[in-house]
Amino acid sequence: MTELFSLSRLEPGSSARITRLNACGEMRRRLQDIGFIPGTAVTCLQRSPLGDPAAYRIRGTVIALRREDAENILLAKEASHEK
Amino acid sequence: MKSKAAALSLQQTGISPAEEKAPQKVIALAGNPNVGKSTIFNALTGMKQHTGNWPGKTVCNARGTCTFHDNSYTLVDIPGCYSLMSHSAEEEVARDFICFGEPDAVIVVCDATCLERNLNLVLQIMESGRPVLVCVNLMDEAHKKKIRLDLSLLSSRLQIPVAGTAARSSTGLGELLDELEQMLFFTPLSGQTGSSFDASSPRVVYPEYIEEALSLLVPRLKKLCSVSGKKLPSARFMGARLLDDNESLLASLKDYLGFDPAALPEISGTLDQIHQMLKDRGISREKLQDDLASSIVRTAERICRGVVFYPEEDCDKKDRRLDRVFTSRLTGFPIMLLGLLGIFWLTITGANYPSELLSRLLFCLEDRLAALFSSAGVPAVITDLLLHGVYRVIAWVVSVMLPPMAIFFPLFTLLEDFGYLPRVAFNLDRCFQSCSACGKQALTMCMGFGCNAAGVTGCRIIDSPRERLIAIITNNFVPCNGRFPTMLSIITLFLIGKAGGLTGSLLGACILVALIVLGVLMTFLVSRLLSATILKGIPSSFTLEMPPYRRPQILKVIVRSIVDRTLKVLGRAVMSAAPAGLLIWVLANVSLSGQTTLLTALTGFLDPFARLLGMDGCILTGFLLGLPANEIVVPIIIMTYMARGSLLEIEGVQLMQLFTANGWTWITAVSTLLFSLMHWPCATTLLTIRKETGGWKWTLLSFLVPTVCGIITCFLFTAAARFLISL
Repeated sequence: MTELFSLSRLEPGSSARITRLNACGEMRRRLQDIGFIPGTAVTCLQRSPLGDPAAYRIRGTVIALRREDAENILLAKEASHEK
Repeated sequence: MKSKAAALSLQQTGISPAEEKAPQKVIALAGNPNVGKSTIFNALTGMKQHTGNWPGKTVCNARGTCTFHDNSYTLVDIPGCYSLMSHSAEEEVARDFICFGEPDAVIVVCDATCLERNLNLVLQIMESGRPVLVCVNLMDEAHKKKIRLDLSLLSSRLQIPVAGTAARSSTGLGELLDELEQMLFFTPLSGQTGSSFDASSPRVVYPEYIEEALSLLVPRLKKLCSVSGKKLPSARFMGARLLDDNESLLASLKDYLGFDPAALPEISGTLDQIHQMLKDRGISREKLQDDLASSIVRTAERICRGVVFYPEEDCDKKDRRLDRVFTSRLTGFPIMLLGLLGIFWLTITGANYPSELLSRLLFCLEDRLAALFSSAGVPAVITDLLLHGVYRVIAWVVSVMLPPMAIFFPLFTLLEDFGYLPRVAFNLDRCFQSCSACGKQALTMCMGFGCNAAGVTGCRIIDSPRERLIAIITNNFVPCNGRFPTMLSIITLFLIGKAGGLTGSLLGACILVALIVLGVLMTFLVSRLLSATILKGIPSSFTLEMPPYRRPQILKVIVRSIVDRTLKVLGRAVMSAAPAGLLIWVLANVSLSGQTTLLTALTGFLDPFARLLGMDGCILTGFLLGLPANEIVVPIIIMTYMARGSLLEIEGVQLMQLFTANGWTWITAVSTLLFSLMHWPCATTLLTIRKETGGWKWTLLSFLVPTVCGIITCFLFTAAARFLISL
């Protein structure tokens, strides 16, 4: 079993795969529409100057998410070297 | 390729009477935000809709006509959306047009650099049953990033026409229109009834249990389609939405039909049956909704395999490097401030000389006109009214407003085109978050710099209604272009005074930036207060796309921003300045009893209160009468100062003398600046707020909030300043 952790804890520069969405309602739908569905790779690019939100690359686009929302996206640890 | 596009007849003319009988085909232009839809729209219709490199530029449907091979089409540019399962007000506009606006076809514009995500929308619109033509735009950007695309494979997989374009250089538009013509006039597909696609194989295949549920629902809905006689979306699409229980879409469907389809015993019975079936199998509603959404995403993923080839790695290296400069902890905020400072400095320095020149020119023209009028035997009263009342106010507005706008708008548009604005939102979101507001409010504030009414409309990009209201009510704290001239002239006259040259203009820019920062801080403060009181709530979720940077098309930007924005705003200002000039002239020249004119009566009445705020009756009258347009505040103030009842020729030194003779000190200047930053929105903005919020309640609040803030700030400032002086 792989270890799960939330997207908000993904460090800038590292990547992982989405395993579960805990968001509900509107936000869940919105995230799915942009492509946040299990199995998709996400890379954290950087945090904003004040530490929140952070920018993530997913399916070829860059999306900024707030920490609170990123906490509801769970990832599986994965050995990755993407820079 | 290019020559063909150039040879197109894309004018809006030339419909022969014979063709006029057949109604023009209505083509919707849909797509994700920021994929160049508006650029394509402009190129095809010859219209000049403003475009910008950030999501949410188009907030309402724009229409235009495009003629190709003797066929005329009505193109409708609808707001960008990621999905038909909408979230925000602007996405609802888009969805409702596609589903219930009965377009003959939909061109879905996609971004070649992230095709897969765009296909999500393509698949949804295809499912809705509208004939779809895919336009893969930004092919040039993809090429630059070494992304290769196999469009013919895409077309055969989707079984619909696909055209690649690079709209900024007008490449591929001919092919696009060719495909459109083929599709509408030569393809056997009927395309007339919404359900025409049901017969062909569905592009999106759902898990078995959903297909089973759909097979129960679809026949019932098909019956509804044929009975209703309207061009409904396909039965499969409506079935999936009923399963999904998409409230907002179902509400629109209900409006369109005039009754609630889910309430029909047949359909509700089937739905109950399905829900029971799902319950028996232990399938939760959440799982159902997830599967509905992810089936589409996965289909898009599957289709793209073998269609899109990315280079080895990091095709967005440049963007990331720029992001590190514009949004890093160290440089993000300083660059933002310096950018603001730079823009205002250029505006102030650059506008100085042309402003003077224009004013001299226009007043010279007035003398000629006066001579002309008197030689033509026009009565003196009329001449006085027209020239000294109307003309002078217009002359002032033009000479003071035009040069700064002609500099400010292009500069700002360049930043917008480049893609900087979403980065501002990214940088500032934390602050909005702590006020329980939305980071996209930063984008609407940027729009407010141009025009608060535009900023208020722009608030549609904010998903949560609560946060949208906050953004609407506080938008006025950003000084719009109509207020800059007031601020600029006061700053130049009183605050930088003797320090001329470079120091002077830099100082001026600094003061203006300080004022804007104050406005931004007030926005935060008021947003926070609002969300703690009448607009209580927790910050809702937030997703912000950060589009790739694009090299701005400098020449085009300059021309476009001058023609579209500058002249439009100026036109509006002149339109409201002319009647205001007339009104003021009448007020200043009609006496109630004996010596007192109406204007003096008004200023005298307001004076005691205005004094408390560090101003005087004339200034407050200026703000009051300036309600139709903020641009005319200073001309009114000047006019009221003149016993003669009309504007004099205004040049810097004289103006200064006039003001000081009327008791202006630096306290008056600062108070006026503060009040200019914080007072009621102009009439246009108020009407826009009324339209956007659908009620006078929020309009009244939007009127009161900045006004009360202004009164309190001016009062406190004046009291403090007077106290300090008396020490």
